[in-house]
Amino acid sequence: MTDTNQDTQWPLWEVFVQPKSGRPYQHVGSLHATDAEHALQNARDVYSRRQEGVAIWIVPAEHIVASTPEDVGPFFDPANDKVYRHPTFYKIPKGVNVDVH
Amino acid sequence: MEDIKRLEEFQAKIDAGEKIEPKDWMPDAYRKNLVRMMSQHAHSEIVGMLPEGNWIQRAPSLRRKLIATAKVQDEAGHGLYLYSAAETLGTPREQLLADLHSGKAKYSSIFNYPTLTWADMGAIGWLVDGAAMVNQVSLIGTSYGPYSRAMVRICREEAFHNRQGYEIIAELCAGTEEQKEMAQDALNRWWWPAIMMFGPSDKDSTHSDQSLKWKIKAEGNDSLRQKFITMTVPQAHARGLTIPDEDLKYNEETKQWEFGEVDWDEFFNVIKGNGIMNKKRLADRNAAHDNGKWVRDAADAYNKKKKSKVA
Repeated sequence: MTDTNQDTQWPLWEVFVQPKSGRPYQHVGSLHATDAEHALQNARDVYSRRQEGVAIWIVPAEHIVASTPEDVGPFFDPANDKVYRHPTFYKIPKGVNVDVH
Repeated sequence: MEDIKRLEEFQAKIDAGEKIEPKDWMPDAYRKNLVRMMSQHAHSEIVGMLPEGNWIQRAPSLRRKLIATAKVQDEAGHGLYLYSAAETLGTPREQLLADLHSGKAKYSSIFNYPTLTWADMGAIGWLVDGAAMVNQVSLIGTSYGPYSRAMVRICREEAFHNRQGYEIIAELCAGTEEQKEMAQDALNRWWWPAIMMFGPSDKDSTHSDQSLKWKIKAEGNDSLRQKFITMTVPQAHARGLTIPDEDLKYNEETKQWEFGEVDWDEFFNVIKGNGIMNKKRLADRNAAHDNGKWVRDAADAYNKKKKSKVA
């Protein structure tokens, strides 16, 4: 039987991949690794076996700061009543085109 | 009182088709059920490497060796996606692996059957991965976000597994009499175990009701099994192969292939650990883990050395 207690659960890293040049990076998953270099190599092997990306970011999971689901209401509340931030709020007289094409 | 309100909100969210994320409130039973299911799924990917790894060196051409290697690599990757997804619910991967290695955790019963001939590599890709795909495509609809996202990746990658398997079978069926017999023999041995992969009938499944209500599973075992059978029977017939089921018949009205009685005693017997390969699979998995220890130790030592240089 294996004594797994001897093993170390290496730090957790979150992996972000840029699918194509110019595109935003996207979270694709996570992995355990001893350090940044190790994490980057594993991320390449695990998350880009089929040319899924042209660049990879890895971030120690503990350094990610996230909003909490409990506060979702009040946290995003300031945007709720500001419909005037959307272009559809405005009435434009007929016969003119103000949209940039 | 608070919990009842939360439970109602939780159910409403699921009914509205929203996904549950790691930090969201969830009932303990939802968390437990998901960890069990995702870890079983992960273990199946990892143990699933063994029957095929067995054939990498004996594959009949360089092309087939490359394919088999790539497929086994994918399965290691799929295991990792699933362990990562399971970890988001607070159970460390070490714990999950310890449960696999001690025999406490289950994996798909299909991997407790032996891979006797090259045709079995075809049957595994065609039938076992085919059945897994039907299940996994459905699981994209699971209510748990990280599980669903892992399924999207896995399904995208796994399509080739299924196709390469059918290609092997097709090649054998176009070959000599002996090769055709080999293909038929593999189908005879893998058909019923593949059908059993979907688990017991919903009416006998201990987890089905709650799992469906919470959309842990998006579809019941019976409907997925039927989908697989109706999809696969014509693929067999197209190659001149016979499905080993005397009761198999096409229902013109429902457009489904109806099938005979599944031997669930065999299924439960294999799950209990009495399949042909249970002991060997578990021993091989433990050996692989133990023999890989030096790699983990080396990575640790290298990391420590690098850190001491910086300091």
